[in-house]
Amino acid sequence: MATVVEPEIDALERFRAEARAWLAEHFPTALKGKDNALSALEGPTEQSPDEAAWQRAMGEKGWGVPTWPREYGGGGLSRAEARVLQEEMQRIGAWNPIGGMGVMMFGPTLLEYGSEEQKREHIPAIAKGEVRWCQGYSEPNAGSDLANLQAFAADAGDHYIVNGQKTWTSGGQWADKCFCLVRTDKTKKHEGISFVLIDMHAPGVEVRPIKLISGSSPFCETFFTDVKVPKADRVGAEGQGWTIGKRLLEHERSNLSGAGGGASRLFAGKPLGQMAKEYRGTDDRGRIADSDLRMRIVRHEMDLRAFALTLRRSALEAKSNQGPSAAASIMKNVGARITQTRAELAVETMGMQGLGWEGEGFSEAEIDQTRTWLWGKAVSIYGGSSEIQNNVIAKRILGMLDHQ
Amino acid sequence: MAILNEDQVMLRDMAREWADNEAPVTAFRTLRNAGSPAGYDAAQWQAQAEMGWAGIVVPEAHGGAGMGYLSLGLVLEALGRNLGASPLAATAAATSALVLGGSDAQQAEWLPRIASGEIVATLAIDEGPIFAPEAIATRAADGKLSGTKRFVAEGDTAQLFIVAAADGLYLVRGDEGVARMHRAMVDHRSHADIVFEAAPADRLAGGGDGLLAQVADRAAAATAAEMLGLAEAAFEMTNDYLKTRVQFGQKLSSFQALQHRMAAWFTELQLMRSAVEGALEAIDAGRSDIDQAVSLAKAIASDTLHLSSREIVQLHGGIGMTDDHDAGFYLKRARVLETMWGNAAYHRERFARLNGY
Repeated sequence: MATVVEPEIDALERFRAEARAWLAEHFPTALKGKDNALSALEGPTEQSPDEAAWQRAMGEKGWGVPTWPREYGGGGLSRAEARVLQEEMQRIGAWNPIGGMGVMMFGPTLLEYGSEEQKREHIPAIAKGEVRWCQGYSEPNAGSDLANLQAFAADAGDHYIVNGQKTWTSGGQWADKCFCLVRTDKTKKHEGISFVLIDMHAPGVEVRPIKLISGSSPFCETFFTDVKVPKADRVGAEGQGWTIGKRLLEHERSNLSGAGGGASRLFAGKPLGQMAKEYRGTDDRGRIADSDLRMRIVRHEMDLRAFALTLRRSALEAKSNQGPSAAASIMKNVGARITQTRAELAVETMGMQGLGWEGEGFSEAEIDQTRTWLWGKAVSIYGGSSEIQNNVIAKRILGMLDHQ
Repeated sequence: MAILNEDQVMLRDMAREWADNEAPVTAFRTLRNAGSPAGYDAAQWQAQAEMGWAGIVVPEAHGGAGMGYLSLGLVLEALGRNLGASPLAATAAATSALVLGGSDAQQAEWLPRIASGEIVATLAIDEGPIFAPEAIATRAADGKLSGTKRFVAEGDTAQLFIVAAADGLYLVRGDEGVARMHRAMVDHRSHADIVFEAAPADRLAGGGDGLLAQVADRAAAATAAEMLGLAEAAFEMTNDYLKTRVQFGQKLSSFQALQHRMAAWFTELQLMRSAVEGALEAIDAGRSDIDQAVSLAKAIASDTLHLSSREIVQLHGGIGMTDDHDAGFYLKRARVLETMWGNAAYHRERFARLNGY
């Protein structure tokens, strides 16, 4: 056994040394820990020269999308190597400057379903972080019931003419391109849907940002009026969009649930227990003074640890080929619960100081906490609401029955 | 499911098959109906010992398999699924005290007898109805131990007690200076109050000051593994039932309100499994945070089994309230296991303390 494993470990350790040296050379230490968790949602901000240089370096190396094939600009790393890279980045406070929906959702889907021409056209630009993508799925009457979508692509020979409305288009106002589900046949439900790529700068595309309860506008309503879309920009066959679109949602869910790093943010930041001691003080035994709050923080902390153990178990099970892990399908809901509980507890811990909206009298961290709390209400809604996930768990995993 | 090696996969499959064939819930029902004073079937215990289970956490040098706690957990989970009445958990907990704190002579004397299934051993810690290892009145002096222990698992038959006294853990044989009083509990297993009166006692000198806590952690982790078996079985029974029971002209399984309830329950089971396996793995790896891992596991296991035992009764409706149905057995055993070695509140408090909250 050992003789089989050791060479692999040696190779990984060699890779670790290589990654460490490369990061030492290219990661600007001024950017240590400066990752903005919400940057993908809050839109483009002015990049400092350091940030631009870091993004360029990672883009050229392909390590922003470490496991994508090298021939399309990815890193070509194995999963084990990618984990090592991640560990080495965490060790020095480095972060991945390449992200967004192109990386999380569209890229993996196009690698699976796209034509060779489409891959060569789109993947390298995503790998370098040069093109921003948005998702044209939801419509005002087709959110959770996505198969009901109405945006229509009329056949016009070598191209389609698209009319309709999309909503909840994350980052639509900053996007260059949109991967979009449109109806190409009104007589069929699922089989009438196609997956097309729309240029957000094309004539007839209009976006209107939607302001959220947190005050930010990360989403848009998107209107298509006689937008011309070449058929060459359809992914897969006409009518195959539902299958491709579903596959993309799997990538979305696994990213949202934390397999892609989302959940790691839950483990960052000041521990709630420490916050509570600072804001609430301690009793004569040195415990958080508010005993009810203290125990709710403990319950949350235990939930978080069990979640972390489940993420780890799920990854190990997937790797060891013990069959598909049931754990993966529940991660989104647990991740959402933990995210929201954490934010609620943090706000409660700070009292009125945790409910500031803007201006004097509140620290930046306090305002951030308020906004994070409000924004966090979305995590149990987007990417398939918790109720939809429960339907999926009940029917696909537990084999529960359809209502007759 | 944790990543298992070949031996563990074999052990798990064998345990599951044996439990389903030889120790299904009907076997427990038969034992209950017979009013067995021992609380377990001696022939079944011998069969378990012959399969090597009694020696899973006994080192190979002393006739055991030395496989560790994750392996022990696989067997306890399989037994727990069917409410298997076995003294394995209690014996393994006592074994951990000998392995961690016993001298060479003590280990050589007792461990082979445990591994062969010749004797049943158990821990005697609590002196009241609540797990309170910091409040021990039992005293030992000049090799004689006196004190009263409450609710000792397998106390009716155990031939070896590991007893907590104010200055450490002691080995006490079951024969001299030991009076047993059976406590008839809701789960119809063996629990007994034990009065030690100048019972000959042999101190476990190893393991340091924290020996009792280390042993209690291993007992709690083993119990959590048994709880995992109960919770999963309760869930599966309920899910199967919902697929057959018709109300309002529909299978219950087709109602969204019940689907979401089952999905939520299933979700908690996944977290429970991770926490329980995490604790067993922490013990096997000798990690420095075994205490935290165990408190996490026992608190979550207690909460989730609590939920499971309520849901199995509620979702079976009236039939679940009848003695003819097995649901009540799960409810009753669940509460006992939740209470043993610290309930959820105890372990949350300990977890808070360990984390400086």
